[in-house]
Amino acid sequence: MRKHLYAAYTKHLNTLLTLILVGILFLTLRWADTRLDDFTLRILRTGAVYIVAAVSYNLINGITGQFSLGPNGFMALGGYTVALLMLPLPQKKFVWFLKPLIWPFNSFSFPSTGLFFSLALILGGLMGALGAFIVGIPSFRLRGDYLAIATFGFGEIIFVLANNLIPLTNGPLGMKGIPELASIYWCFGWAVIATLIVKNIANSSYGRAMKAVRDDEVAAEAMGVSVFQTKMLAFVVSGFFAGVAGGLLVPLITTISPTLFTFTMTFNLLIIIVLGGLGSITGSVITAFSFAIASELLRAVEAPMNIGPIHIPGIAGMRMVVFSALLVLLMIFYRRGIFGQFELSWDWIRSIPAKVADKEVPKKWTREDTSS
Amino acid sequence: MDTGRHIVLKLSDLTIKFGGLVAVNNFNLEIEKGELVGLIGPNGAGKTTVFNIVTGQYEPTEGRVFLHGQDITGWRPNLIAAAGIARTFQNVRLFTGLTVLDNVLVSQHLRLKSHFLSAALSLPTYSGEERRVRTTAMELLERLELVPYAKELAGNLPYGQQRRLEIARALATNPRLLLLDEPAAGMNPEETARLMKFICRIRDEFDLTIFLIEHDMKLVMGICERIRVIDYGISIAEGMPDEIKRDPRVIAAYLGEGGE
Repeated sequence: MRKHLYAAYTKHLNTLLTLILVGILFLTLRWADTRLDDFTLRILRTGAVYIVAAVSYNLINGITGQFSLGPNGFMALGGYTVALLMLPLPQKKFVWFLKPLIWPFNSFSFPSTGLFFSLALILGGLMGALGAFIVGIPSFRLRGDYLAIATFGFGEIIFVLANNLIPLTNGPLGMKGIPELASIYWCFGWAVIATLIVKNIANSSYGRAMKAVRDDEVAAEAMGVSVFQTKMLAFVVSGFFAGVAGGLLVPLITTISPTLFTFTMTFNLLIIIVLGGLGSITGSVITAFSFAIASELLRAVEAPMNIGPIHIPGIAGMRMVVFSALLVLLMIFYRRGIFGQFELSWDWIRSIPAKVADKEVPKKWTREDTSS
Repeated sequence: MDTGRHIVLKLSDLTIKFGGLVAVNNFNLEIEKGELVGLIGPNGAGKTTVFNIVTGQYEPTEGRVFLHGQDITGWRPNLIAAAGIARTFQNVRLFTGLTVLDNVLVSQHLRLKSHFLSAALSLPTYSGEERRVRTTAMELLERLELVPYAKELAGNLPYGQQRRLEIARALATNPRLLLLDEPAAGMNPEETARLMKFICRIRDEFDLTIFLIEHDMKLVMGICERIRVIDYGISIAEGMPDEIKRDPRVIAAYLGEGGE
């Protein structure tokens, strides 16, 4: 009985602490919004969008163990949905000057208000979820790594469609003049929502089923877990938040074109979730945000440099070389990523004093890597 | 209670072919409620294949599987688990990245009533159910003396405890029929003796019917009420342990003498 009460008490305490943390985040954002310049704010917002994308990507790749290469495709679906809904009508007439925009998008646009923006984001998310559903059904009927091939193909199809369906996407020219609605509150708000929902799922019975499928499909099925349903659930939720992330990115940079959602996007997210630790949500949050900041700081390596008498001209894309090298080094020396499967949680933080007193190393850090 | 025979599992004319190989040939078996039946045979005789057919991993080429009179042939393994058949594996297959408690909780997923959205939003209806299944799982761990390991990763347990956890995980699906695939593999005689007592105990406590495959003759002869012997996919003998021990066909199959 006492144990039971204690469990209920710690659960409420954890909720309270999370609320306090969200409150602190909000105050920090208000401070940032008034004090920081637009350029810095944009980096922070991009970081928050990366959190949404990375956390949802980790749900399918890290927690469910299904190797998807699809988030760029799902983000594109969300991005184009939001762009088509939010681009004001006069601007639409201006953008589609070669061929007219097709119905129904040529006849209406959402007003640039928060309410309609959130509706557009949810619709963008649903488009991402629908894409995941369509790719998932055939892929999960097969056992093995077919998902990687199918999702990679899906991303390429979306790219080709975006380039050629000019009456819908305006092709390679894309759209510009999308209202800049993705303020810092919107971006971080969705980052918090996505993180909390994915965390809830991962800690629930559904999340345990996903992890069981990752560890041993045959055993999971023999214990009554429907492997197909479990994978679909993880994939569709992941697709939803990828769509939302795409939908946030577009009104953040105010333009959209097919090159925004190339495979490089998926590759970046893959670096993030592997660096953070496959299966660790807090790991993904921290690395996603750090990644956005680091890729700005690393712009320095792309600038022309003079090392003594040697002049090095600026090399565009040098940042990606640095990131790729980092990934290779990580895979060689630290395969489990920074966090492994460890989660930073209130329970863990509370247990620090006891651990320090016992001089005991937490078990999760010493776990042998069993995957091969 | 009814006094008539209550057949839990009935296998009729099971045959499975992999290409040209007939792994199980015309296999028939009936297991009554509360029985403890052993399936023995030399390596490659088709014992595990019979288990895989019963639990739905393989679909038989011919023949049917009945659980409590219901035809379950060709069902997906997860539906068969929900219908009341649980199993362990020859080479332990735990969810090594999950804790001992979580391993047992996975087996309760199939009885989950809460909707996915209430879990995703952590609504009180879900939290209540989560608390209940955790209590049930801890009670089960207590009965199987695994509580001290509850928060350990399953992959870090010593081998004997991993085997025990696999049985605990199977019991957590709330089965009526438990299939044990070589539960004593890799155990020393002392551990095997303890395992024998353990199997008898869980049969009584959980009101189970048990069907087991075993190589350890001491274990099979010690606890099984009825033994079936197969070789090359064909049933060659059935009877009480004492009869089986003396059966010339069984001795021939095991010792490789020239047959009958």
